[in-house]
Order: sequence, then C-alpha cells, then structure tokens
Amino acid sequence: MTPAPSPEVLQAPLVVEFPFTRSLGPVQSAFLTGLRTRTVLGVRTTDGRVLVPPVEYDPVTADELADLVEVAPTGTVTTWAWNPSPRRGQPLSAPFAWVLVRLDGADTALLHALDAPGPDAVRTGMRVRIRWAAEREGAITDIACFEPYDGAEGGEAVPHTGTFTDPVRSIVAPARLDYTYAPGRAQSRYLKALAGRATYGERCPSCRKVYVPPRGACPTCGVATAEQVEVGPRGTVTTFCIVNIKARNLDIEVPYVYAHIALDGADLALHARIGGIPYDEVRMGLRVEPVWSEDGRYPDHYRPTGEPDADYDTYKELL
Amino acid sequence: MTKEPVAVVGIGQTKHTAARRDVSIAGLVREAAVRALEDAQLTWSDIDAVVIGKAPDFFEGVMMPELYLADALGAVGKPMLRVHTAGSVGGSTALVAAGLVAARVHRTVLTLAFEKQSESNAMWGLSLPIPFQQPLLAGAGGFFAPHVRAYMRRTGAPPGIGALVAYKDRRNALRNPYAHLHEHDLTLDQVRSSPMLWDPIRYSETCPSSDGACAMVLTDRAGADRAPYPPAWMHGGAMRSEPTLFAGKDFVSPRAGRDCAADVYRQAGITDPRREIDAVEMYVPFSWYEPMWLENLGFADEGAGWKLTESGVTELDGELPVNPSGGVLSTNPIGASGMLRFAEAALQVRGRAGEHQVDGARKALGHAYGGGSQFFSMWVVADTSPAG
Ligand SMILES: [Zn+2]
Repeated sequence: MTPAPSPEVLQAPLVVEFPFTRSLGPVQSAFLTGLRTRTVLGVRTTDGRVLVPPVEYDPVTADELADLVEVAPTGTVTTWAWNPSPRRGQPLSAPFAWVLVRLDGADTALLHALDAPGPDAVRTGMRVRIRWAAEREGAITDIACFEPYDGAEGGEAVPHTGTFTDPVRSIVAPARLDYTYAPGRAQSRYLKALAGRATYGERCPSCRKVYVPPRGACPTCGVATAEQVEVGPRGTVTTFCIVNIKARNLDIEVPYVYAHIALDGADLALHARIGGIPYDEVRMGLRVEPVWSEDGRYPDHYRPTGEPDADYDTYKELL
Repeated sequence: MTKEPVAVVGIGQTKHTAARRDVSIAGLVREAAVRALEDAQLTWSDIDAVVIGKAPDFFEGVMMPELYLADALGAVGKPMLRVHTAGSVGGSTALVAAGLVAARVHRTVLTLAFEKQSESNAMWGLSLPIPFQQPLLAGAGGFFAPHVRAYMRRTGAPPGIGALVAYKDRRNALRNPYAHLHEHDLTLDQVRSSPMLWDPIRYSETCPSSDGACAMVLTDRAGADRAPYPPAWMHGGAMRSEPTLFAGKDFVSPRAGRDCAADVYRQAGITDPRREIDAVEMYVPFSWYEPMWLENLGFADEGAGWKLTESGVTELDGELPVNPSGGVLSTNPIGASGMLRFAEAALQVRGRAGEHQVDGARKALGHAYGGGSQFFSMWVVADTSPAG
C-alpha cells in the first residue's frame, strides 16, 4: 500500500513509456512468422526434447539450436492462476486465467491467457486449443488466447523448415511503467520557495557547504541537511557550452547557451540557460540574474546583470 | 595467503556496427563469447562461472537481460552475476570476474559486456521526464562540453587539441577490423570543420552509437599454463566511485579517477606510469577527454596533458600510444566499451592486436569511466605473471 502523503511533500504521476524494437534472430523470427500463418513452431534440443516457445540455445548443452518442428494448436493446461482484474495491455479485458499450456507434440509449456467464465471452469489437465486472432502480423498476440476444447489430441511434432515468405525479422515491444513520484521534503520546500521567486539551499551541518538545489543530505558527509540558506538571486557563470542541436521535445531555438551558474552563497553550480546576450558573447565569469517566467516554477533563463565579470580565482574551485 | 594470479587467455568481440539487425541480443553476446572460447581453445564446460555487464536496463528495455542470456552463454547450472556501473560497467565487470579467480572461488570465468544501441534509446533512458524538474537542457554532449571548456581555461590548451585526438583515433580504427567507424577518407581538416554540436565539441569529436559485445576468458595459473596463446597477466585492478554532483567535485580531474589510478599503479608496482606503461586504452567518448585523462591518470602533470597529444606522444608510433584500437571515438556499444578497453590492453601485451599492435608492448593500462564522471575502473596487464 502507498502510505498517505505528507501535506508538505509534493507528488505527481510519472509515466515511463517507450516502444522498444527487437531484432529477433533466426529462431524467434521463424516462431513469430509461423504464428501469422497459424503454425506453431518449436525447436528440438540436443537431447531430443521439443521446446515451445523455442529458444536459440540449448538450456542444457548451450548448443546453438536450429532444428525446427511444428506442433499442434491443441494442448493441456499444466498449471494456472486466475486473474480477476485484468490491466491495460493484457490479452483479455474480462477476467481470465493465466495458463501454462503444453501443446501436443511439445515437452515444455507456453504462457498465455485462457478465456473461461470463472475459476471453477479451469483445472490443471484440462484440454485447450488456440483461438487465433482475426488479424495476424507475426507476434505472440496472433494467439488471441486459449479456449476449452474437447476434440482429438494432436500428434507428434513434425519437422519444419522454418522458411516463410516475407518473414518477420523484428518487432516493436511497447513498454510502460506507471510510477507516483515524490521529490521528497527538501526539494518540495525548495520548489515552494521558488514559487515566491526565492532560492533556498541547505547547509551541511558538518562541512558547512550549501547545496542548491538541496537533496536533504550532504553526499560528502552523509548527514541530513536542514538549515535553509537563501542564495542568489545573482550568480556567476562558471562554465558553459553553446548548444547547436535542437532537442526533440524542447521548445528552445538554437543556438543557445547552457551554463553552469554558481549562485552567490552556493557551493556548487546549477545548470540553466543564458539569455539577453548574443550567444557568442557569453563568457566564464559573466555575472547573471534570473528572469522569471509568468507562471513557471523555475527561472526561464538567466541574463547579464551588467556587473564586471567575476575574477577566475573566485569561482575556479566550483568548476 | 597470496592471491591467485589472474590471466586473460581468451578475447572475443563482434564486428561493431550501427545496427546488427540479423541477431537477437542473445545472438550478439554469443558471437563474442564463442570467439573468446575459440581464442582460449576451451568449451562451455571449461567455464565455471559467467559475469556479465551492460548499461542501464532502460536502454534496451529488457529488464535483467542476464536471466534470458544464460542459455546463450552456457551459464545454466553455473553462477551467473550481473554488474552495473553505467558506462564503466565493462571494466568493473571484468574486475568482478577477475576477483573470483584471484580469490580462488572459481578457476575459469567467462566475462562479457554488450550493448545493442540500435534497439535502445540512451538519450531517453538517461533523461526520464521527472515531475517538477526542468527538462534536461543539453543532452549527453551538453553535459560534458562545459567541463571541456573548463579544462581549456584551466590549462590554456589551444582549441585544436580535440581534433588531433579524433583524427588519430579514427586513423587507428582503420587498423582494427572490429572497429565500428572506418572512415578511410577522413582528413584532419574535415574533423576541424565538422559541425559544432555543443561548442567546444564538434561532431567528429564525439563517439558513434554501436551494437557490439566483448568477451574474455579469465583463468588461474594452471589455466594459463594450458593456454594455446600467450596470456595477459593482471598486475592490478581497481574501482572507485564518487557522487555525480557534490560541493568540491573536480569535473575536469575527478578525485575518484586519480585515486583509482594510484591504487592500480601501487598494486602493479608502477611509480612512473609515463615510462613504465607501453600502451593505454582509455575511455574517451569526446576527444578532449584524452588530455584530461592523461592528467587524471598521472601520465602528465596537471595542465600538461594536451602537450603530450599535441607533440604526437599518444600516436600509435609515439612514446605512449593511447587508444591504438581506435577507442570509444570509433566504437561505442556503451556497456561493452569499458570491457573493450580492458580487452584491447590485454591484446597488446599478448602481442595479438594485429595491425594496431604497439611494438614491444609489455605493460598496458585499460581504463573506463561512466555516469556523470562518477564510476572508474582500471586494470594493468602485462606479458609476464606478477611476482610472488
Ligand atoms: Zn557535508
């Protein structure tokens, strides 16, 4: 269970989502392409067993495996678990059973879903068959699910070349993780102060260094930090680069200057964009101040204050 | 009780390339492992344990890939360990494997590292959209470019040094059949005039994105006696880490790197690395890191690393050849890049580096770093077994 959030600590959903590509290699390519034509392929191991789904390398001898065989679309449930509340992306939207099915002709079992009205309708040893998806593309989802079946048993596995026209060589596997993100006590306090256009760091009780943004602990001393210290608003550009590549998801025109800025009173630099000055006039030691956006949580960028540049010796330890 | 001496008797790697669409991840690692076994003239049954490393799982999106790779690496029924230290992982993986031999836990260990960058998204994997934080403003190169500028300011290095490194490493890569980039027609002028991506870093001064794997067979003294080819002997190995950001961090010459080098030299009995080491494979993903690491690793005094590069000392035929294989600038399957440095150092002292062999190399350093300059791993290998 998620503990009740403290009112001072911020929380927000964080969704991590990405479509990964996978090159299949010869064995998985044959297996998934087979499904497209309602053909289930396994692989024969060095000791003669038939593995379904197939693998590229023998789990016992580590030999490379290439001896493909075709097995039946019917099989026996070897074990199961009822899934009362399916989540997004699972094979069926109504409650179903996760089953391990040993297809006729195979020696190992395949994990998939069984469409059944309830857990009372499922048992180990029950006979099932593949329900094929109407549209098949060469993916494990070409098997829509399994369903109960009381027809004849399939025979022995038979050799198969594994050769198909237009084989599937890669797949896209969408991945998604849902998190609840909480930045913690120190950063929540820092963000709250930023909303009032003030920047607060935290001082380490041991080494006295001021951390901005604060993390709630000093990474050098390993002790908690609590004492708040207002820093800035002005600071010094310690170093920088000129970015000439437009970031895909960032609405900033290039070139722009990405700088490390040591706010007055802080013991390490934070990173921000420099504006209000041609990019090729930015220099180490430039004195800058924040420019706050209308409703932003952070300064939009920093601009020159007009003060003389800071002497190198005053910030060289912060590089 | 003294440690068991550790010998490298087998080295294998794939031909690194932008995309290996013909193989799965299992097929990729298998290729490197089979080549390492062939080099050692051993079979799967001779291997007692497997130690594998790669960069973050988010890169390819296969969580704990070592579980699925056990069959491909003959690891069923044997101990299999996964190591993870960001970009330095290839180095630290080899050191964990070496530790198992040195401690006499296992006699012969297969160690391997890989990345299939074509099926991954490193940029995305490293910069998740964390709520309440400003989006990352500059990307990976943008993270390192300000430190390069700081190095130039601190040392007075002239602006052309980075181009010299990139040109040298790409030329060296032409002699390495496994290197990803083989830019036969590249000229120094082209490097100098390539687009400025993150000023002061130009396009030609950055590493490529590669699919590849590297494997090594490490064994004890008895195993080395049976090896068909000369082994490389480990004379020292060390790892150090420090936070990505902390007050007082020296990004130009991180303390963890300096301490790690000092430790590995002490183990190897090296007091003057510049004179005593014959070849260096260091992790240089952006060209300027060559002079920076030359100082960090004690090959040059502070402020003088660029002078070694400028005067040709680090060329293949120089006094201290750096990255004769072409380095990370020519080949970068991230998780494997560190192990490639370690393996290339071993190839040099075994005299088996082929066209990029450094004449008379007897002692070599392999170096890797990763994260925000926070993980370091190094080893020193030599052509003779350590004393004692
Ligand atoms: Zn402290």
